[in-house]
Amino acid sequence: MVYLKDVVTLRLDCDACIGCGRCLEVCPHGVFVLEADKCRIVDRDACMECGACARNCPVNALWVKNGVGCAVGILNSAFGRKSSCCGESQACCCGDPKAESPAEK
Amino acid sequence: MLERQENLPVEPDTGNRDWVIGNVETPTGRVPRVSTHWSWRDRLGAVAVRWNIGRRRYRVHPGLYAVGSPTAESPVLATANYKLSFDTLRGVLDGLDAWLLVVDTKGINVWCAAGKGTFGTEELIQRITVTEVAKVASAAILVLPQLAAPGVAAHEVRRRTGIRVVYGPVRASDLAAFLRAGMHATPAMRRVQFTLLDRLAVAPVELVQRLATALLIMLVFFLGAGVGRHGYRLAMEQWPAIATAVWANFLAGIVLTPALLPWLLGRSFALKGAEIGIVTGSGLWLWTRYGLMEGVAVVLLGVAACSFLGLMFTGSTTYTSASGVRRELRWALPLQIAGVVAGFVLWLMARWK
Ligand code: SF4
Ligand code: SF4
Repeated sequence: MVYLKDVVTLRLDCDACIGCGRCLEVCPHGVFVLEADKCRIVDRDACMECGACARNCPVNALWVKNGVGCAVGILNSAFGRKSSCCGESQACCCGDPKAESPAEK
Repeated sequence: MLERQENLPVEPDTGNRDWVIGNVETPTGRVPRVSTHWSWRDRLGAVAVRWNIGRRRYRVHPGLYAVGSPTAESPVLATANYKLSFDTLRGVLDGLDAWLLVVDTKGINVWCAAGKGTFGTEELIQRITVTEVAKVASAAILVLPQLAAPGVAAHEVRRRTGIRVVYGPVRASDLAAFLRAGMHATPAMRRVQFTLLDRLAVAPVELVQRLATALLIMLVFFLGAGVGRHGYRLAMEQWPAIATAVWANFLAGIVLTPALLPWLLGRSFALKGAEIGIVTGSGLWLWTRYGLMEGVAVVLLGVAACSFLGLMFTGSTTYTSASGVRRELRWALPLQIAGVVAGFVLWLMARWK
């Protein structure tokens, strides 16, 4: 299953990438491949903006405005409320402002 | 010697600890050895939290544990202190020797905690330090759950603690295979899935959490049914049909939409929900034999309700992005509100005919 087209904020700086492969290891949706010692985005729409790749890239070659793709959480933070309604072993919706902040650069 | 875990200022375990089956002596003290089997208590607890019972207090004490007879070379497997996460992990380790590092995530599962930052770089480094993992398992590799990656910068952990870090598979059930393959994950082990079972797993919690809202909506319609040209009266003969309609939409939106998700048209959750709403609403119209005005109202309300519930389901999926949900909310929410208002007004007007 793939979500909406052309909406995610994922950015890759090819010049900075050192081809360590960490992003391939952490991405749960197979967004990247490694080609000639450089990382390449092959399935952009599959990205769920979890921020795992950006946080684990040792040279900050990746950037994504990470957040939790959850309507309840987004509405809650839009109204300035906090909530936590996590599903078991799944993605969750957490109106925690921290989950909404861009990944560390 | 005392158990090191007892020194930490954290909340105690829920209930008893019948999963502790002894101790392992280490250079820094005793480490509790845990069972790889679930007792009836563990099973009961796992069922209860699926129904939202005691979910927030279902925790284990953070710290270091042992499975089997681990040595200084055995892997250190990190997990959250949500008891279901911990139980799932120890449940797949039968016959293996390993250390378990339970991180304080305030009783929240790995993925949620990583998203929130509670399963984060700082907490992990602190837990590594206080449990003195480096002394207990000097040659070990720290295996993090892959789903902890949104919260943890592995290279930071390495830099500040000196411990080698790898990401294990997404699912605990692949862990044994991962370890046996020399800590190598196949691409499939790295991918998050969203099976029928996954999609339905959250339905009970959703049903329980939205119960009060559904009851309130039902009450509004019960009271609204009595208005009319001849003044107000309690129209109790309409209550069974109203109750049926409310519960049909409630169940359709929370159970049917997730179940049929891959087969519903389009990528938008608001749209997928609306499709279920059209079917539910039309079904109710046929069944109740309402007139045109009331029938259209029932369909409108059904579409709006199921579409809204579909959008709410984004929080339980494993593949929706925040940017995508924001885009959907912008166009769908106004339409859903308009649908509810129009449907409710039509439904009331039908009473004046
Ligand atoms: S944000 Fe998450 S899903 Fe998107 S590319 Fe990075 S790791 Fe993959
Ligand atoms: S983690 Fe960063 S440096 Fe490593 S392959 Fe991915 S983009 Fe390149």
